[in-house]
Amino acid sequence: MRLTLPEQELMSSGHKGCQGCGGVMAMRYALKALGEDTIVVIPACCWTVLEGEFPYTSLRVPLLHTAFETAASASSGVRAALRVKGKDDVNVMAWAGDGGTFDIGMQALSGAVERNEDFIYVCYDNEGYMNTGIQRSSSTPYGAWTTTTPVDAFEKAHKKNMVDIMVSHDIPYAATASIAYPEDLIRKLNKAKSIEGAKFIHILAPCPSGWRCASNQTVKLARLAVETNVFPLYEVEHGKYTINRKPRKKPAKEYLSLQGRFRHISDEVAAEIQEQIDAGWEKLLKKEKDSME
Amino acid sequence: MDDEIKYKNVKELPPMTVSTGLMLVNKTGSWRSLRPIIDEDKCISCMICWKYCPEACIDIVDDKPVINLDYCKGCAICAEECPKEAIEMLEEGK
Repeated sequence: MRLTLPEQELMSSGHKGCQGCGGVMAMRYALKALGEDTIVVIPACCWTVLEGEFPYTSLRVPLLHTAFETAASASSGVRAALRVKGKDDVNVMAWAGDGGTFDIGMQALSGAVERNEDFIYVCYDNEGYMNTGIQRSSSTPYGAWTTTTPVDAFEKAHKKNMVDIMVSHDIPYAATASIAYPEDLIRKLNKAKSIEGAKFIHILAPCPSGWRCASNQTVKLARLAVETNVFPLYEVEHGKYTINRKPRKKPAKEYLSLQGRFRHISDEVAAEIQEQIDAGWEKLLKKEKDSME
Repeated sequence: MDDEIKYKNVKELPPMTVSTGLMLVNKTGSWRSLRPIIDEDKCISCMICWKYCPEACIDIVDDKPVINLDYCKGCAICAEECPKEAIEMLEEGK
């Protein structure tokens, strides 16, 4: 038997995540990477609820609940307090969903990254406000159904590229990761731990309830998202792009057809989505090539 | 690490509301409608089921995966990801 991940379990069973929750898996891997000396800061997101009700918790590390827009500013405060106490070897991890990162927590995050606070900001992205009833966020991809973008008026906006926004802040380290590749995810968090300054990790965490898929498809969908180039795995160190995985491209249809939220899309819309994905991939390849020089 | 957080006296308490126990009290096994059964003859101890379990409820006992049914919610990710198809999902109550 050879384990590819650290054995220590800092997230307990009994949490209130839905069956097959991708966000829970992301937290489990992140804590495996960062270890016991970690303080987690959680704004309003799925994790606020599924972490457990008072006086119970499902994390074996300290956890601070904060308001929706303040994940990054609260983390800055925690880091300042640790500095006063002389505890410099503790990791501070802000843990927000896509709503708290792409929409509501954006200005606090921008400020904290601009000040280059020493913390790790992780966005586990389930592409919508899943915990309040599947409303759209600015991370919801083109073509998707949500309760606020119903079938006859499906999502027309494109997904924001959060890593690029972070890179334009001159962030020391930004990366994307996927729960289907936990070894890669843990490597990236370990790397983030070793770098001083602000770090941003964007994790794709499929949501069976919101994506309208079977609970056993979570890992498969996360893997397909990488294999179809919907969600490429790459990292950016001081503006230098490195693509971690260049898959033999599968058609996006394989990824879309497994999810009920894309069930309504016509062949034309599917072709449009494919075009966007191809264009996005070409752009990323170009960025990697340009930053090499 | 202890599963219960203990304080010796009032002075040790932090100046804020704190959690004092783990969610292990919440036996989520009652959510389950499908029960995973591992076929030990087919299992090659690759621990991929352990790796992908969102409940962190697969224990490693003598290099073999053992599913803790007190917490398993029956999501079937383990059965889906098992390379040897050694995990079968049976309907509860049958």
